[in-house]
Amino acid sequence: MLASRFENIEVAERALHDLCATAGCDGDQLYWVVTALREAMANAVRHGNRLQPERKVHVDLSVDPGAVTIRIDDEGEGFDPSRIPDPTQPENLLRPSGRGIFYMQQFMNHVQFSRAPGGGTSVLMVKNLQPTTRSADDEEPTSRSR
Amino acid sequence: MKSQLRDRGDVRIVELSGKITIGSGDVKIRELIDESLAAGKKNIVLDLAGVSTIDSSGIGEMVACYTTVTKKGGHLKLLRLSPKINDILQVTQLITVFDVFDDEAEAVRSFG
Repeated sequence: MLASRFENIEVAERALHDLCATAGCDGDQLYWVVTALREAMANAVRHGNRLQPERKVHVDLSVDPGAVTIRIDDEGEGFDPSRIPDPTQPENLLRPSGRGIFYMQQFMNHVQFSRAPGGGTSVLMVKNLQPTTRSADDEEPTSRSR
Repeated sequence: MKSQLRDRGDVRIVELSGKITIGSGDVKIRELIDESLAAGKKNIVLDLAGVSTIDSSGIGEMVACYTTVTKKGGHLKLLRLSPKINDILQVTQLITVFDVFDDEAEAVRSFG
């Protein structure tokens, strides 16, 4: 459980790095999973808890040989992710915000939003781990199966 | 995030390195661009070769800076994207918005 500060995104990232190291998740897979974690944490801190440090971000990370599972709960008012416009539509390309959830959906195999027990937003993300790690930079996220 | 500014003729080169992420690097980009515009530098190249991580806030700030520079009659172009940052721009179609170069001299010449 972390206070709603941007610095704590780094704390969650380090914890995920440590866990993934034990499961052989590294290289490209780790990079994109960390990117998704950072986006979910940023949403919880800024949009969910509105930068109020007394509101906590609940972080649950689990890594096994087959998958990385991340659950992030905030203590905000909740929101409807379907109301976020598609950032790839021409009319939205120059919007300065609204890409975080899209990135999470691109880089993870499963992303599900629900109501957190306290009324905030809960996001569950799963990344299925490939049996072999390819070298960095030779994998296109756009071409991955979801 | 660390940064360094230098000029090649009328073109401002903004070298960035480290993380461009929420709460730190994203705000810094805006300050660097505002500083360049205030100095009369409207043609700007962002050299991202040293950037290890960028998140949606950093991307959003780059887009906002692109809009600001364009409205001032200038151009903001990108130089030396890592494959990861290239991927991040590709999936959101932003690669179609920015002019991207691998060679600094070529980027500078492109301003005409």
